[in-house]
This record gives sequence, structure tokens and C-alpha cells, in this order.
Amino acid sequence: MSTATSMTTSASSRTYVEARDVATAVAAMSAGARPIAGGTDLVVGARHGKAPLPAALVGIHRIPGLADVAPTDGGGLRLGALVTHATLMADPTVLASYPGLADASAIVGSHATRANGTLGGNVMNSSPAMDTGAPLLCHGGVAVLVGPAGERRVALADLWTGPGRSTAAPDELLVAVELDAPPADGASGSSYVRLQYRRQMEIAIVGAGAVVTLGADGTVTGAKVAITALAPVIHRVAEAEAALVGTDGGFEAAKAAGAAAAAAARPISDVRGSADYRRAMAAVITRRAVLTAVRRARGESVPVPASDTTFGS
Amino acid sequence: MAVDITLSVNGVPYPLTVDPHASLLHTVRGDVGLTGSKEGCDDSECGACMMLVDGRPVNSCSYLAVQADGSDVTTVEGLSDGETLAPLQEAFLTRGGVQCGFCTPGMLVSATALLDRSPNPSEDEIRTAVSGNLCRCTGYDGIVKAIAAVAAERAAQG
Repeated sequence: MSTATSMTTSASSRTYVEARDVATAVAAMSAGARPIAGGTDLVVGARHGKAPLPAALVGIHRIPGLADVAPTDGGGLRLGALVTHATLMADPTVLASYPGLADASAIVGSHATRANGTLGGNVMNSSPAMDTGAPLLCHGGVAVLVGPAGERRVALADLWTGPGRSTAAPDELLVAVELDAPPADGASGSSYVRLQYRRQMEIAIVGAGAVVTLGADGTVTGAKVAITALAPVIHRVAEAEAALVGTDGGFEAAKAAGAAAAAAARPISDVRGSADYRRAMAAVITRRAVLTAVRRARGESVPVPASDTTFGS
Repeated sequence: MAVDITLSVNGVPYPLTVDPHASLLHTVRGDVGLTGSKEGCDDSECGACMMLVDGRPVNSCSYLAVQADGSDVTTVEGLSDGETLAPLQEAFLTRGGVQCGFCTPGMLVSATALLDRSPNPSEDEIRTAVSGNLCRCTGYDGIVKAIAAVAAERAAQG
């Protein structure tokens, strides 16, 4: 599989600098360098022949402060761009209040991928199959970008525009993703479930994330549903969310949400599955994600990652 | 433009001049001269190249040597105490965890990372951890039992 020809930038033109602060990284990016942290997408992509490694690289993996998980003033959570999947899947706040993000982080690659792959790289790679995308969207994820002109904030729904494409400028560095506070007006739960042929070293064939809030009488008072690997970008499905609000969050309601997700899907056929199969499975996987989020909202314990436990539901 | 770096490999510092695109694997095998780590897929799929970088498991084929500047790198050669094998290495030998041996260096590093993080893993945790290390000979059974045996021995020793 080695594709050496794809990596033939002339050795003399290659440069590498290591940034120890955001300003240095942004300056290097303004001069044409691409940022690299864990390298689990950038370097592997070059090995695949997807795109050669950029001639100019700026290492951002040791910038202090970008690997922090910290509460925001609004009661939400700020995830630094260098936070790894290994950190996310074990962070007590993520497990307690954003378990769907833990579900997703725990099934990215292998433990070596998770130990090095960062949330920032995952987000900026803009893959429609990225596992963390659906839970980040459902939890109101906002990208914090720093460029030469300063900082700006972009909702993830407005960041991703297609596979590998985003509205970030080449000289803007993602420094953090901020999540909403968990819903305060009731019990809530979240989940991420994917269709997978194996449990590790897998890319989602289909995925779905859900956040469900229940009122005191158990009625669904709020719902967010997003689908993965079913369109050029990961996106929320308003019809699926509407199908849940006001229901008891039971099987029939989850099934209706799944049907809405399948209707909204615009999948492609590729080596991992046909478009028809993906559309059919969109209903099943969305249903499972919703039922898992409801169980967690009811206080039931569902192991992380949820994908391994939802067969038959 | 070549870049000057220092890699600490198994506790020995190596001042090196590397191409910015050179992988950690090629640098350790070619420049440092430690060929225990293997190149299988060169694609982060097989885990034969796995090393520890500051304690983290890393597929070194897909990690740039320049990024490991100043880091502590551990390869399979660093697991033993001279000629005295590490308990994991002994257990792989005695429990049928080695056949052709190509996956073994990465498998041992992966298992070391697992036990560092989770000293008493379930069988499911062990199987999950070595999912990124492909072995086409053993069927994994000996490998899983070897890792479990070392964890059990350590637990018994307190």
C-alpha cells in the first residue's frame, strides 16, 4: 500500500517548525504551512496517496493550554484542539454529561490512534464519517478559530461544507471546540452509535448521535439528532427531532425518528456499503442512538462505547 | 531543509539530522539502527511499527520523526533488561504468542501500553487493545493469554 510517489515533494523544499504558542503557529500558517499534531489523518492520508504531505509543516502538538478540558462561563465545556480521543473517552465530565462524545471517542481507530489523534484534527479533517462529529453537533459544538485578524467562533454546522472542506481559512487555527451546557430543565442523556463491521480500526458505515431531554413525567421535552456518513457533511435532522418531542421516548417514537433520518439521508455507495444499505441502516442506527440516549436520560447505565451494546435494539 | 533533532531511544540520546517528512519508524530503523520495530502496512493499520512516545502507543510509520524531537521513545529493544526478557516477552514465548514474529515487536509495545494504563484488564480490554496489531499466525489466543497471565502475576505480587 506504500505510495511513495505521492510524497515526492523535493526534500530541499520541505520545512518544519515547532510552534510553542498560537501566534507562532498562525504566522507559519499565514506563510503557507499546514499544522500537524497527532498526524493520524495528515500523515496517513499521505501514505494512502490521498494528498501528499505539505512541504511546509508547523508542529502544534506542544502548544501549552490547547490540551485542556475546562468548563466555560456558561456551564458548558471547552475542549482544547489538542485534546486526544483517549482523554475524551475517560474524562469524568465528558462521561457524565456528554457520554455520546465518549462513545464516539472510544471507537476511533486503535488505542494508538486515540492516544495521538486530536479532536482538532478530527474536526478540521471534515470527514463526513468522523465519529465525534454527530455528538459534537448535538451538544451545540462551536469551533474557536484564531487567524491573523484574531479569534472568531463558528458553529460546527457552519464549519463543515463537504468531505475535507470547511469554511476555515488556510491561516486559521482551530484552538478549541466549545459545547453547550447540558440541558438544565430536565434529565438528559446522549449517545453515539455506529454501524461497524468490526469494533476497532473501523470507519463508520453509518452513524447517529442523539441528545434527549426528559421532563418530570418522562415526556421528551427536547431532542437533537445528527447523522454520520449519510451525506457530504454530518448534519442534524430536524424531522427526526420533531418526531421525538412530546413522545414517551419509547420504541415507536425512536422508530419514527429513524425513519425521518433515513428519509433525510443522501448516502453514497462505496467500498463500505451501498447507498441503499446505508439508507436502510440509517433508520436502525438512529433508532438505537435515540433509545440509548433515552435510557441514559432515565438514569440507566449504558456502557461506553454504546455501539458494542445496542445490537438487537 | 533537514532538521536537527534529538531522539531519546530506550534511554539513549541520539542527535540526528532528518528530513521533515521522515517517519519515526524509518529514522529509528535507518539512522538509529534499531530494527526491531517492523514496517508492515506503512499505513497505521497493522501496528507492527508501534513504539511508545513519552509513554503513548504510536504507530511510528505514520508519525514524523521531527515531532518526536526531545521525546522519550521506547521500542521493543527497550523492553528487556539487557539479555533478561521482560515478563511480557517471556509470557509470549511460553504461551504461544509468537509464530512468525513479525507482529511481535508492535504487539509487545501495545501490550506494554495497555498494562501501563490498565494494570488489570479484562479479556475484552486486552482484545480491544491489540485490535490495532494484526497477527495472521497465532489466532491471538496465545497473545491474549500471555498478556492476561502477566497482569495476573503482577496482581498476585501486589
